[in-house]
Amino acid sequence: MAKHHVAATVNGDPVEFLCETHDTLLDALRDQLGLTGTKEGCGTGDCGACSVTVDGRLVCSCLMLAVEAQGTSVGTIEGMAEGETLHPLQRKFLDHAALQCGICTPGFLVAAKALLEKHPEPTETEVRYWLAGNLCRCTGYDKIVRAVLDAAAEMRGA
Amino acid sequence: MQEKVKTNGAVAFDWVGTRPLRPDGVDKVTGRARFGADLAMQGQLVGKVLRSPHPHARIRSIDTSAAAALPGVKAVVTRDDFKDQPSQLIPAGEQMINYRDVVRNVMAREKALYEGHAVAAVAATSASIAKQALKLIKVDYEVLPHVIDVVEAMKPRAPLLHDDLITAGVEPAPKAPSNVAKRVEIGHGDVVFGFRQADVVVERTFTTQAVHQGYIEPHACVASVSEDGQADVWCTTQGHWMVRAQCARLLGWETSKIRVTASEIGGGFGGKTVVYLEPLALALAKKARRPVKMVMTREEVFQASGPTSGATAHVKIGAKLDGRIVAAEAELKYQAGAFPGSPVQPGAMCAFAPYDVENVKVVGYDVVTNRPKVAAYRAPGAPISEYAVECVVDDIASRLGMDPIELRLKNAAKQGTKAAYGPKLGPVGFVETLVAAKAHDHWHAPLGKNQGRGIASGFWFNIGGETSASLQLNEDGTLSLTVGTPDIGGSRASMCMMAAEELGVDIDSIRVQIGDTGQLGFNFLTGGSRATFSSGMATVEAAREVIREACKRAAKLWELPEDAVEFRKGAVRPAGANAGKHAPLTLRDIAGLAGKTGGPIAGYARINAQGAAPSFGTHIADVEVDPETGKVTVVRYTAIQDAGRAIHPSYVEGQYQGGVAQGIGWALNEEYIYGKDGKLQNPGFLDYRVPVASDLPMIDTVIVEVPNPRHPYGVRGVGETPIIPPLAAVANAVADATGVRFADLPMSPPRVLAALDEARTRGTAKI
Repeated sequence: MAKHHVAATVNGDPVEFLCETHDTLLDALRDQLGLTGTKEGCGTGDCGACSVTVDGRLVCSCLMLAVEAQGTSVGTIEGMAEGETLHPLQRKFLDHAALQCGICTPGFLVAAKALLEKHPEPTETEVRYWLAGNLCRCTGYDKIVRAVLDAAAEMRGA
Repeated sequence: MQEKVKTNGAVAFDWVGTRPLRPDGVDKVTGRARFGADLAMQGQLVGKVLRSPHPHARIRSIDTSAAAALPGVKAVVTRDDFKDQPSQLIPAGEQMINYRDVVRNVMAREKALYEGHAVAAVAATSASIAKQALKLIKVDYEVLPHVIDVVEAMKPRAPLLHDDLITAGVEPAPKAPSNVAKRVEIGHGDVVFGFRQADVVVERTFTTQAVHQGYIEPHACVASVSEDGQADVWCTTQGHWMVRAQCARLLGWETSKIRVTASEIGGGFGGKTVVYLEPLALALAKKARRPVKMVMTREEVFQASGPTSGATAHVKIGAKLDGRIVAAEAELKYQAGAFPGSPVQPGAMCAFAPYDVENVKVVGYDVVTNRPKVAAYRAPGAPISEYAVECVVDDIASRLGMDPIELRLKNAAKQGTKAAYGPKLGPVGFVETLVAAKAHDHWHAPLGKNQGRGIASGFWFNIGGETSASLQLNEDGTLSLTVGTPDIGGSRASMCMMAAEELGVDIDSIRVQIGDTGQLGFNFLTGGSRATFSSGMATVEAAREVIREACKRAAKLWELPEDAVEFRKGAVRPAGANAGKHAPLTLRDIAGLAGKTGGPIAGYARINAQGAAPSFGTHIADVEVDPETGKVTVVRYTAIQDAGRAIHPSYVEGQYQGGVAQGIGWALNEEYIYGKDGKLQNPGFLDYRVPVASDLPMIDTVIVEVPNPRHPYGVRGVGETPIIPPLAAVANAVADATGVRFADLPMSPPRVLAALDEARTRGTAKI
């Protein structure tokens, strides 16, 4: 069957790719565009490792068809730092040792960024519930939650 | 920040005990780090596996002709592509492996032994074509009766997995085959005599369910084989030398022909210490003459990799009125999955290891069932047996009206204790963890309504083993360090810190990489809590070789004997007044002169790291039980553990916290659920529920440091012990909150509610 042509914006850059009907946005990002920072942990929307934003909304890219990305603006982990400057969340994850193996880290960072854009002053409980869709098997979440709260405080200028 | 640790009251360390940023950190927060599925080789094909839909079936025939004829299919492999292996136990680190079973696990031969067992594999130009090809493979199965439960599997008329399996460890050897692969027994003294001395005896039977390691990154690899047989494998693994050895053996290729590169690894916890896809990808790549990439789905990960054993554990402990334990006995039955090799041996050895008991006997059974072959999972076997023991210890304390910490202190293993598993213990920090628990404000904090508090301890051996590392002094004085243990949780940082400590340089001047199998001598895998211990030891040795060589070069320049120079604070200096006045030569100076003084400078260590030392932990858990739904929530948690010495305290804390989260999952939610049809009903993260952020509180940590005298920086290894205490700490807390002793894990809401209802009828429930 003929492939579909999709044009979208990824991390601010115009992109075009060809995909099969059943390909997910995650497949397109990783296999067509070479953006392998977004990870596949389950393929069923249960682990959050594939978190990206689509027109500002946090989604599991494994649950969205690639063809649905037509005309949208997609944000991935590769677009989080600005030039050589890490996003405060990226810096705080390093400061707090909020990662061990690092496979879930891109998803957590993208999800946490979406949280802070919506709620700049979240409580610990709000952070925990917002990030409940992102699985981490290494850290027990303690240092991740601390890093997000610390980044939020810094971004508010507190 | 933790204060710098001082050795023998002398100078504080510059790096050890501090918290620098990890060297691989930026790559991991920007998405640049490349994990197993992140590499694409030019012209690669997609490999997929056909798996058995039956838990137990004889494979009469496999017809791959239609699949092979499908346009786009470049190779198909089945059992016929792998030579049978003789039955022979071969040491593979912590456990023995039998290649007769390994070859059957990677590709079913006579029978499929569990749902998800690999039966064939294809390589095609796209994923869709590969999937289509799988559907075209015709397998003629003769479906056989299956057995899932360990107790059922031990019964005389249970369906037999292996017609020739004779129980080992029984004299005389049984004549008939059974599903019991092995009986193990350890202990000392006389338990019959011991129980006669006891004033109080408690015995109970516990069950635990199979749980998966649950790494977020599925198994993945890419393999390429050239026309002259030179092979390259890129894969996510805890040990790429292990991958090389097993692939070479299974394929009958020479070791030197296979080069394995370890990708970044997205969690393993023991589950990435065996091969699944790699031999298939190599076989497909050789046939197709193109690279083949294979990635498991999450469903395949659950069905065909991991997990650890489900088990039953019967524990009996007798104590005197003063709390002294006089006898301890346990019987353990562990599921091995489809092939022999459950972790019942370490489970038996660890069961009573925290205690100094004169009369101990532990009997264990290794039992095959129609489940995936178990793989190592963090302190393999120990969480199960120690869970049962720590619950009974708690019951003894309450029967005696004793504080559970006091009871443990009274019986705690210490230096010189003859452990139940044999040797006398060296310096260990168990008592120190108990004292720290007693002093912790958590232990004394008030509890709320429907809440309870539990305490439990844990023991794990830790290991050393074969290790190589190289350290090169670059032309500009910076250093390149190569180690062979995949960095699964920040170990690169610890390696840099130990090297920087030895060399007196800034850690930023050292770049560390994980070498491939062609770059270093053999390395045993990252497991057994050995990476920081063993690769750290090798790194220190390599650094000392660089220092010795630097001293030699300076002595040559200064025309002094070698013992007239010394290395201090990152520079070679004349030693003493008689050596004359020479300005110190830094490593940078020496590096610049290397060409003129004898050539490149490097250190290379190849060791069998000895002297690994056990780590003890003691955990305190507070839970709240919802009387209406039976839901158990952990509301406060403190993990205390002896690290020997924490090289990078943040990552040591992280090990404690992560182990706690996995242990809580094991205690409360996680389990392999099978239907009557022998099929796994929850092969996904939605129904196999690992703890999420909103399930857990902050996890407080206390790092106790009783240095290991046999490591240059006192390291013990910390990764595995933290998963052991949570099962019993949570169970003891639930018992405290409800008045009901739960002997069966997981303590999921339906189970807790049913038990509460029953206890309410009997009037024994506290809530």
